[in-house]
Amino acid sequence: MKPHLMIAALLAAGPALAQTPELTVYTYDSFVSDWGPGPAVKEAFEAECGCTLNLVGAGDGAALLGRLRLEGARSEADIVLGLDTGLISAALETGLFMAHTIDADLDLPLEWNDPLFLPYDWGYFAFVGNRGAAQPADFRELAASDLSIVIQDPRSSTPGLGLLMWVKSAYGDEAAAIWEGLADNIVTVTPGWSEAYGLFLEGEADLVLSYTTSPAYHMIAEEDDSKVALPFREGHYMQIEVAGKLAATDQPELADQFLRFMISDAFQAIIPTTNWMYPAVMPEAGLPKAFSTLIQPEKAILAPIDQADALRDLALDEWLRALSR
Amino acid sequence: MLTLDRLEIRQDSFELHADFALETGTVAAVIGPSGAGKSTLLNVIAGFFAPVAGRVLWEGRDITIMPPAKRPVAMLFQDNNLFPHLTVSQNVSLGIRPDLRLSPDDNTRVAQALARVGLEGLDARKPAALSGGQQGRVALARVLVQRRPLILLDEPFAALGPALKAEMLDLVAALAAETGATLLMVSHDPADARRIAPVVILVADGVALPPQPTKAMLDDPPPALRDYLGQ
Amino acid sequence: MAARPFPLRRAAFSDALGWVAVALVSGFILFPLLAVFWRAGGASLPGPADWSALRFTVLQSVLSAFFSIALAVPVARALARRQFAGRGLMITLLGAPFILPVIVGVLGLLAVFGRSGIVNQAMAWVGLPPVQIYGLHGVVLAHVFFNLPLATRILLQGWQSIPAERFRLAASLGFGPRDVFHLLEWPMLRATLPGVAMVVFAICLSSFAVALTLGGGPRATTVELAIYQAFRFDFDLGRAAVLAVIQIALVTLAAMLALRFSLLDGFGRGLDRIPRRWEAETWPLRLLDIVTLALVALFLMLPLGAVIWRGLAGLEGLPPPVWRAAAVSIVMALVSTVLAVGLALALAHLARRWRGIEAVGLLGIAASPLVIGTGIFLLLNPLSDPSRWAFAVTALVNAMAALPFALRVLAPALRDLEKDFGPLADSLGMRGAARLRWLILPRLRRPLGFSAGLAATLSMGDLGVIALFADPERATLPLQILRLMGAYRMDAAAGAALVLLSLSLGLFWLFDRGGRRDADA
Repeated sequence: MKPHLMIAALLAAGPALAQTPELTVYTYDSFVSDWGPGPAVKEAFEAECGCTLNLVGAGDGAALLGRLRLEGARSEADIVLGLDTGLISAALETGLFMAHTIDADLDLPLEWNDPLFLPYDWGYFAFVGNRGAAQPADFRELAASDLSIVIQDPRSSTPGLGLLMWVKSAYGDEAAAIWEGLADNIVTVTPGWSEAYGLFLEGEADLVLSYTTSPAYHMIAEEDDSKVALPFREGHYMQIEVAGKLAATDQPELADQFLRFMISDAFQAIIPTTNWMYPAVMPEAGLPKAFSTLIQPEKAILAPIDQADALRDLALDEWLRALSR
Repeated sequence: MLTLDRLEIRQDSFELHADFALETGTVAAVIGPSGAGKSTLLNVIAGFFAPVAGRVLWEGRDITIMPPAKRPVAMLFQDNNLFPHLTVSQNVSLGIRPDLRLSPDDNTRVAQALARVGLEGLDARKPAALSGGQQGRVALARVLVQRRPLILLDEPFAALGPALKAEMLDLVAALAAETGATLLMVSHDPADARRIAPVVILVADGVALPPQPTKAMLDDPPPALRDYLGQ
Repeated sequence: MAARPFPLRRAAFSDALGWVAVALVSGFILFPLLAVFWRAGGASLPGPADWSALRFTVLQSVLSAFFSIALAVPVARALARRQFAGRGLMITLLGAPFILPVIVGVLGLLAVFGRSGIVNQAMAWVGLPPVQIYGLHGVVLAHVFFNLPLATRILLQGWQSIPAERFRLAASLGFGPRDVFHLLEWPMLRATLPGVAMVVFAICLSSFAVALTLGGGPRATTVELAIYQAFRFDFDLGRAAVLAVIQIALVTLAAMLALRFSLLDGFGRGLDRIPRRWEAETWPLRLLDIVTLALVALFLMLPLGAVIWRGLAGLEGLPPPVWRAAAVSIVMALVSTVLAVGLALALAHLARRWRGIEAVGLLGIAASPLVIGTGIFLLLNPLSDPSRWAFAVTALVNAMAALPFALRVLAPALRDLEKDFGPLADSLGMRGAARLRWLILPRLRRPLGFSAGLAATLSMGDLGVIALFADPERATLPLQILRLMGAYRMDAAAGAALVLLSLSLGLFWLFDRGGRRDADA
């Protein structure tokens, strides 16, 4: 084991010896994947910073936060990119983040002025189905219909949790009744988004919980406009993905530079067709044409961050009880 | 001299005592009823089975707790005396070096041993391509190269026909005489003992008796042996 | 003779190696667990929801194990006593479901049993109401799909360990099929079935994606999901670790029961020798076997066919990262295979004298990957960047997951070998490397090839502990498949899954063939 450790130590020391500053960004796995924004972002940022951008992928957003908690202040990360609104309060509790110095003019449907976390993209959860099929206009109509839906488990999936918060925020005390009504529509509850979307594409359900931007993928990548997102009267729950700077960073200026880059055109233009979300700052060239055909929810819903955790635990109990029957 | 010093062997309800010595260079047959412990006695001498009391000595040296391969013993079992996946010469070579790293001298010895047992030209064969008698000869060639002063035979030729078995026994006796080795062979057949063994060790009723002249013993057998011989 | 000789050898080097393997395997599980407890500052008790998850987990695991072996017995018997064209291919393909990434296999199953699958289309065609796959029965169905082939293969080896001469003797004594079953087959089954059931039970115990995807809702919550929840929602590491300990305790209990009820067995033999079975040469039995094989072929091959069919469409223009990942996965599989087979041999050596050692091998599939991954992360993190260790850790985790299967095959084979040739080797002083090179490796070629094939395919399909140890430079093929799915590219994912399937089966075939080449009597 010893020789390996020495090699690892040498490798770790390598870049430092070369005097090239290195910025380490923890993010979720699909960000760094070959089909995510990671490769293009790395190239663009390294072209302007004269540094090495080290993107480290760790599962999904929740796993990312878990890793950060395990590492604590000793983390090598300078930036964590990919937490979402459901994880921010837990991230705050860690006390590992520090305020950024970026003054941004964000294009979000909601006011955003968190001093620690800076959004880089956002989207709305929505049920996605096939064009021409029945289209319920809210949860009650959906529950009353005989449409089948496939959703994700809130305990293991971000969209699953988003749906839980959506119903709870929109219906409050009536949320349990909504879930009881939906119980017979739910074909199954999958561990993650991929399984659910795969099941939907296989024809296992009429609708799948996904994003309003999902149809854009099919239009742009497959020239297929048969998928549509259903606008719901209650409004749509939002997911805002954010990045934050770690207090223990040894590259504070570089970290700020990255955050500035993150809301610049170079980064934001990559987002729509790699992460399939809305950019936090509209790029100068605008959005790809297919995005203009997407539904525009009239009302954006987001639970206040300081109440999100309590609401979540309550909602999960209701959900479990309603669906375990 | 092989000395069994107040040896006591026990396994469950089975029990065997032995307390005698055998002169170096002697050929002795171990006879007795089935289940009396003939094979067990050989296994104790070879080091596969531990006695509960007593000692095994070779030329005055205590070998009771020595591992099998370290003992001055070469042993042939009832079956599985050859490795089926190795060639004839590899099987013999194992008697010199168990990792088969042989010097040119060693190879010469292997060839000589094979020639001595009449198996020239068969060294590249595998055991499955040999007759039963030839397989026995390979095993004997290995005993020869092992150069151990004590040879134990646990009826390795029992499956051969009478003529072939006699031939193998003659070969064993000749080899033992040439090398001056001491030979202990388990046998069911009094004719085997008469053929090559001047002395017999009778194992019966929980005791291995000291060696006695074969002819006298077989001509006038004690009661335990008489029952076994059916006389 | 009543006396069974035992060697007088002093504790040999190989014993020491065996104990090193025991220490490595149990340490690999125990130290991470301890690290998680230590980080958590102690244990915390599972809540009522966790207990109901535990009940469901045990229930579905028991049912899955039961149905897997109940179906595997007639299938293995039919394969053991029938010679037909394509038999070898069928046996090779039997390995396929086992190595598919879970979600790929599930999608294949849904193409057959799903809402718009073949079965329901047929039902609609004859005017019957559709069948619903989601629920406990769906979970069990999927687990049977994944594990029946493995159970069948192990049982088939059991059948072929019955010497052909016994069937000849049975024929000469005029045995009917029932007599053959009572006197020849049942004793073999009694020796093998508990072990097979134990392995399937252990696999299903840590099931996560299958149970959740096909379970139909939160009623089908497994312990592994409860662990996820404890880790992700509440960051309650103490509870996650306690749940992992419960998993391990359950598997250990199952292993002890299985070892207690399984007798000495030996099924490490070849797959291609088919003894003539006079008693089975009747038309009713022939028909029974044909129907059994046809049904199981349909059950296994239709979903596989769907996977292949979908994969062919996505194969065209598969992006370069997929091929890179395929290369990484092959290297990873080879490393894991060497580790798994080496550890299995060392453990099998000890298991000759202490049968309980086999339970150690099960730890790898018993323990929650999330908890163990977290623990390894906690142990490595102070030393260096854990993602540098991603390859080594993933290879080790894969090896641990393959270990019980390699051990199940090798332990009885080594026991037989030592029984037959151990005394001769001892008397000639063949020890350590010489014994390994000139006795064990050549004599165990077949079981070694088979177990290496199993280990390689398992490692190809396994995801390991990606959440904390993802290495962007060296993503494995299963990870790339998940990434493709996560990026909406379901067709490319299907194509990549087909690549994975072909490579895994190819590796299995190579190892298994290699083990059988010029093997001597």
